[in-house]
Amino acid sequence: MTLLLTEISKYLITLVMLIYTAECFLILYRAGTERSVRGLCTRQTIFLFALQALFFTQIIAHTGNLRYLAFYVVQLIVLVLTPVLFTKFFPDCSRPIINNMCMLLMIGMTVILRISSAKAVRQMIFVTVSIAIGMLLIYVLRRNGFPRQLWVLYASLGAVALGIVLVLGATVYGSRINYTILGFTFQPSEFVKILFVLFLSGALYQSQTIGRVLLTGLIAAAHVLILVLSRDLGSALIFFVVYICMVFIATGHPGYLIGGILLGVAAAVAAYYLFGHVRSRVLVFLDPWATIDSNGYQIAQSLFSISAGIWLGRGLFLGRPSSIPFVEDDVVFSAIAEELGLIFAMAMLMVCLSTFLLLLQEALQSQDSWCRLLTAGIAVTYLFQVFLTVGGGTKFIPLTGVTLPFVSYGGSSVLSTILMFCLFEGVSRQDHGTREPSWAG
Amino acid sequence: MADRVQSKGRKQAGAEHALIGIGVLFAVLFVAMTAYIGYYAFRYRKELMGNSYNRKAELLSAEVLRGDILAADGAVLAYSEEAGNGAQKRIYPYGEAFAHAVGYATHDRAGVEALGNYDLLHTGLSLKDRIAFDREGRLFPGNKVMTTLRVDLQLAAYEALGNRNGAILVTNVKTGEIYAMVSGPSFDPGTIEESWELLSADTERGVLVNRATQGLYPAGSTFKVVTALAYLKGHPGDYTAYAYNCYGSFSSAGETVHCYGGMAHGQISLRQAFAVSCNSAFVDLGLKTDAEVLDNTLQQLRFNTTLPCDLNYKSSRTVDPKAATVPERMQLAIGQGETAMSPLHLNMITAAIANKGVLIKPHLIGGIYDAYGALIGETKAENGGRLMDEEEAEIMRSMMREVVVSGTGSGLSGRSYEAAGKTGSAEHAQGGNIVTHAWFTGFAPASDPEICVTIIVEGAGSSSTVAVPIAGILFDRWFQQ
Repeated sequence: MTLLLTEISKYLITLVMLIYTAECFLILYRAGTERSVRGLCTRQTIFLFALQALFFTQIIAHTGNLRYLAFYVVQLIVLVLTPVLFTKFFPDCSRPIINNMCMLLMIGMTVILRISSAKAVRQMIFVTVSIAIGMLLIYVLRRNGFPRQLWVLYASLGAVALGIVLVLGATVYGSRINYTILGFTFQPSEFVKILFVLFLSGALYQSQTIGRVLLTGLIAAAHVLILVLSRDLGSALIFFVVYICMVFIATGHPGYLIGGILLGVAAAVAAYYLFGHVRSRVLVFLDPWATIDSNGYQIAQSLFSISAGIWLGRGLFLGRPSSIPFVEDDVVFSAIAEELGLIFAMAMLMVCLSTFLLLLQEALQSQDSWCRLLTAGIAVTYLFQVFLTVGGGTKFIPLTGVTLPFVSYGGSSVLSTILMFCLFEGVSRQDHGTREPSWAG
Repeated sequence: MADRVQSKGRKQAGAEHALIGIGVLFAVLFVAMTAYIGYYAFRYRKELMGNSYNRKAELLSAEVLRGDILAADGAVLAYSEEAGNGAQKRIYPYGEAFAHAVGYATHDRAGVEALGNYDLLHTGLSLKDRIAFDREGRLFPGNKVMTTLRVDLQLAAYEALGNRNGAILVTNVKTGEIYAMVSGPSFDPGTIEESWELLSADTERGVLVNRATQGLYPAGSTFKVVTALAYLKGHPGDYTAYAYNCYGSFSSAGETVHCYGGMAHGQISLRQAFAVSCNSAFVDLGLKTDAEVLDNTLQQLRFNTTLPCDLNYKSSRTVDPKAATVPERMQLAIGQGETAMSPLHLNMITAAIANKGVLIKPHLIGGIYDAYGALIGETKAENGGRLMDEEEAEIMRSMMREVVVSGTGSGLSGRSYEAAGKTGSAEHAQGGNIVTHAWFTGFAPASDPEICVTIIVEGAGSSSTVAVPIAGILFDRWFQQ
C-alpha cells in the first residue's frame, strides 16, 4: 500500500509540477499580450495545494508519523493566507510572482522538513515573519513612496556593513560571511544586495553619463573587492553581474555589457592567480574526483544525489540527501533532484526562470525609469543567484556557496529574498495605476 | 515638450532592447544549465553509482536483491540470497577462478560488481509485481548482468596459470568482448567480508590487485612490437632493406645490452630480428628511429595516457624519448628501464594489429536482463580509435606470424590453426635478485584473426617454455569448439 502510494504520488507530483510550470509560461505569454491571467493564477494556486498535499501524502505514507500532519496544517495556513492577504490589501500586486514565491517556499519548507524537523520549524517561523515584514514594507512604501535619491547612503551603508564583516566576522569554512547578533546569525551580504540594487537604481536612473557610470563602477568595485577579500566569491560575482546588467539597462548601450563581460573575465583570471581559494575552487570544479576525500567531497556527493533519483526521484524520505554536507544551505537543489526527481527539479528551475522573466516583463511595461531599473536589478540578482547555486552544485560552474532563494534554509536568505520581492511589489504599481506617484512633482 | 517626449522615447527604446537582451541572455544560459543537469545526471548515472564514495547504493540494497552476474552462456557467476530481515548474502559458485573478473561488492567494489553496480541494484520489476513482492516482505530481484566471459576459456586460463602470479587476458579482436580475465594470486570472493582486513592490508602479495588491468610490468621483448612499428613509421619505404650484424650485444654511451642468453644472431633483417627477438638489432633500430617519430608512436598507442576502456586500469609508462639519454633510449627499445605496461594495454595493441589497426573497446559486460529475462541494455562493439594505419598493421601481423613460423613462438606451429604473436622475457629487479617474467601476446588465426591472448607469468623465466604453451592451451580450446 505504501509502495503503491509512493509510486503513484511520484507520477502525480511530476505531472502537477509540469502543469504548474507550463502555466507560468502561459501567464508570461498572456500578460505580454495584456490579456487577463486571473483565472490562470487561481488555477496555479490549486496546483500548488495539490502538490503540497501529494508531498505530505508521500511523507506520511512512508513514515507513518502523524506529527507531520501538524506541519502540513501550519504550512497550509501560511500558504493560504499569503495570497489571500496580498490580494486583499494590495489588489494590484503581481499574482503570478506571489504564486511562484509560495511555490518555491513550499518546496523549500518541505524538503527542509525531510532533512531536519527542528530546522523545518525554524524555517516556517522565518517564512511567516518574513512575509509579515514584507507586507508591512509594501504598505509603508505604497503610502510614503521611496526615497530614491539617497543612493549615496545606500552605497555607504552597504559597503560599511560588508567591511564590518570582513574585519569582525566569523570565518565559516574559509569564508568570512556572517556575524551573530542576539543569537541570530546574520549574513549581511544577503541584505546588502538589496541596498546595492537601490544604490544603482538611484544613481543611474536620471544620469547615464560616462562619469556617473565610472563613479558607480568604483563604488561597485569596492563592494566586490571587500567580498572577494572576505572569500565570499558567490556574492562578489552577483554584485559584479548586477552592476554590469544595470548599467547596460540604464544606458541601453551594448558596449557596457560587452566591456563588462571582458572585464569580468580578466578579473576572474587575475583572481585565479592572485588568490589560493579561488584556484582551489576552480580545481575542484575541473576534477572533483581527484580530491574526493577533501575539497571535492561536497560536489561529488551532490552529483551522486542529482543522479540518484533519475527522472521521478526516490520519493520524500526515501533518498539520502543528508550525505551532502550543508545540503539545506548550498546544495538543496541536489536534495530536491534526488527525492523528487530530475523532471521536477528541472521544472522548478523553469519556475525560477519564469519568475525572472515576469519581473523583466514588469520592468518592460514600467513607465518610470527608476522603477524599471530597480525591478530589472532585482530580477538579475535573483536569477543569477539561482544560477550560481544550482550550477555550482551540479558542476556546471565552480561552486561558490550561495543559497537558493526562497528554497534554502536560513533566516537571512528567506528574509532578504522576500524583502527584495516586496520592495518590487511596493514600488512597481504606482506608476501605471491611475494614481499619481506621491513623489512626482 | 515634443522634443523631450521623443528623446525620452529613444531612451526608453534603448532600455527596452537592453531588457530584452538581458532576458534572452539569461534565459539561454539557464536553459543550457537545466539541460546539462538532466543530461549529466542521466548519462553518468551508472558511473556515479559505481563510485565507491557513493553510499546511496546501501539504500537500494535494502529493497533490491542484488542481481545475478552471468557468463556469456548463461552460467551463474554470482547470485544473492535473502538472509532474513532484509539482509542478503552474495554467493560466487566459481570461487577463485572468476574472482578478479567478477569482483566483489563489499567494503570497496571491483570487477563486474563495480561496473554493473547500477544495474545489479535496480529492478525491472513492474509496479504490480513489486507490490506483490512487497506484500510478501521479499526483496525485489535486481537486474541481471550478462558478462562476455566464457566459462571454458576462463577455467582453462585459471588452471594454466595455476598457483603462479601473473595475468591472462583473452579477447575477441573484432568485438572487444573479454572472454577470460585471470589474475594470480586470486582470492575467494565468497569470504571476502571476513578476509578483507587481511587482504587489503597485504601490499606485498597484492592479492586484490587485478594484475590483468592494474599490474604494471616491464614490457620486455613484447615492446619490440612498439619499436618495430615506430621504425616502420620512420622508414616506410626502406624498412625491408634494414640489416644488422649481431655479435650478441650492443654497446653505446657506456651502456651494453645483451641478446637473450648472449646469443649472436649474425646478419639479420628486421623481420628476422623480430622473429628471434634480437635485442642488439632492436636497440640499433630504436636508436635509428627519430625521437619525434617514436614519441608520436607512443602517443598513438596510448602510452602515458588513458585507454579507451571502462575497466579500472593503470596507465602504461615510458620515458619521454625526446628527453631520454642514449642508455635510456636503448632500454626503451627493448621495453626495459622505465618502461611499465599493463597486460590489458598490450592486449589492446595486439588486438588492434589483428583488427587492421583499429582498436575495439574491450568490455566485460555484454547485456543487462530484467527479472523477466528481457534484454534491457546491450553493449555494442565500440570503436576505440585507430592505433596504426592498415598497411602498418598488415606488416606487423605478418611479422608476428613469422615469430610462430620460425622464431621464439615456434611452440605454436604445426597446429590446426595459424597463430601469430610475440614473446617476451622481461627482467625485473626484485629484492636484489633479477627475476624474469614470461610474456606472450598474440592472436589466431593469423590470416583472419578472431581471438587475442595476452599472458604474463611472473618470475617464470623463459617465455617459450612457460607463456607460449599457455597460449597454445587457450587457442586449442577456442578452435576445438
